[in-house]
Amino acid sequence: MRVRFEGEEIEVEAGQTVAGVLLSKGIRSWRTTRGADRPRGLFCGIGVCFDCLVRVNGVPDVRACQRVVADGDDIRTQTGVELPS
Amino acid sequence: MRRVVVIGAGPAGMAAAREAAAHGVEVVLIDAAAKLGGQYHRQDALEPGDRFGSPVAPGSAEAALPEVEHVADATVWAIEPIDGGHRVHLRIGPADGPSRQGRAVEARAIVLATGAYDRALPFPGWDLPGVVTVGAAQALAKGQGVAVGDRVVVGGTGPFLLPAAVSLIRAGARVVEVAEANAAVTGWLTSPRGALAGWSKSGELARYAAALVRRRVPYRSRTAVVEAHGSEVVESVTLARLDARWTPIPGSERRVQADAVAVGFGFTPQSELALATRCRVSDGFVVVDAAQGTTAPGVFAAGELTGIGGADLAAAEGAVAGAAAAKYVGAAVEPPLRAMARVRSGRRFAAALAAAYPVRAGWHDWLRDDTIVCRCEEITKAALFRAVDDRDVGAARSLKLVSGVGLGLCQGRVCGQNAAELAGVDGTGFAKRPIASPVRLAELAEEEPIESPIDAEESGSPLGVEY
Repeated sequence: MRVRFEGEEIEVEAGQTVAGVLLSKGIRSWRTTRGADRPRGLFCGIGVCFDCLVRVNGVPDVRACQRVVADGDDIRTQTGVELPS
Repeated sequence: MRRVVVIGAGPAGMAAAREAAAHGVEVVLIDAAAKLGGQYHRQDALEPGDRFGSPVAPGSAEAALPEVEHVADATVWAIEPIDGGHRVHLRIGPADGPSRQGRAVEARAIVLATGAYDRALPFPGWDLPGVVTVGAAQALAKGQGVAVGDRVVVGGTGPFLLPAAVSLIRAGARVVEVAEANAAVTGWLTSPRGALAGWSKSGELARYAAALVRRRVPYRSRTAVVEAHGSEVVESVTLARLDARWTPIPGSERRVQADAVAVGFGFTPQSELALATRCRVSDGFVVVDAAQGTTAPGVFAAGELTGIGGADLAAAEGAVAGAAAAKYVGAAVEPPLRAMARVRSGRRFAAALAAAYPVRAGWHDWLRDDTIVCRCEEITKAALFRAVDDRDVGAARSLKLVSGVGLGLCQGRVCGQNAAELAGVDGTGFAKRPIASPVRLAELAEEEPIESPIDAEESGSPLGVEY
């Protein structure tokens, strides 16, 4: 199974979450805040804090710690507030 | 129709489902994860199969769940009262995706087993990537086989720091230090007469403590991470010795290289569904009777929602709640005396645990004016105090409106308790979330099938279940 993160192909395993994939590649931050433009990544890890948001297949505000990857997913960082494409 | 809906498939929810099903009622067990177990029994998501869902020796903790429909990958975003019961609204499918399926399940009895999540206290730099909760470190290590960093400092309070440190080591991290803000955890582990002795988990915890000693991981009491440093991610942390009130002792600060910090200061119950069903709550926890019945007819609660006591107590409460819920919908049920006895002893342990690991107000001194209190809305301590000083703030709702804390995506789950404590108001209202989990507008607009609606005529006993 493969997904793309910021256009780059990554080999993934069934059952991995987006956060699991990114952390295993040493990627620690994948979102910026809409106020101070500060970096954010994983925080609560169990779907409570909504800090680890990413864009998956054009849909923003997806919790990286909760979303299990599917083959071909296009994962992108999220900058401030984003609208669906 | 005898149906019980159980929400949450951790130790409490699994026990409730098993017990209700054992009494011949239809059980729908709803959980956000793909596999059973919840946070405590978190399974490796990369392994095929579900160790709770495969038939193994009956009577063991891993016995298969009979007659239980397990609805996985499901989020309950609302519960509404209807004639004779409740309607539970679900979205099922990939988390936060647009393709989730809507479903509504009605039941005369509901068991809430929604658990709790780590409380994180703010400190300068806690918003940097690399600072995570102890629960995050556990979830990623146990569920995904990945460590949140290479050099990790674990800090906070309570015995649950130890298994997280061990999980991190197993996932390949070097745990630089474990910082316990209260007095040492190890004393009562070995004391046969202490208030916490006899807890069945203490053997397990002693093993974790031994594992850390073996790997020479320093364990320091009355110590906390008071600052994380770095520009884009954590590069180092400052640890300080604390006085009895948790105020850092001047001159005790040490700078330690680390690329991740896992913090946990006890737990916050996930209580929005309990509040939505109008259960009475005291000190943030759901009030239950001897049958785990809440003050809301037909609504039972079990596990960390009713008080923090660990997996054994949660499972015992779940068994009692499952039996009571089955009885409530008309099954013949004898009082589950053994489980009720386990609940009583578990509660004694929970009280001792709460007394041994309080959160002390000195953490307020860790914050600077520009330290973020509300991570979503990026509200600093200075902005919070300015808002509170200028306006009349009575409780959570007015605190949210004047300061902006808790208005973001997490809806005050992370900051609510901390902000309320800083502002000196009651924070219970932060958990009032009529939409219990964010859903997209298109999902709200979608029509939702309601399966086998309940018949209002055959409503449950309005007096609840008494033993």
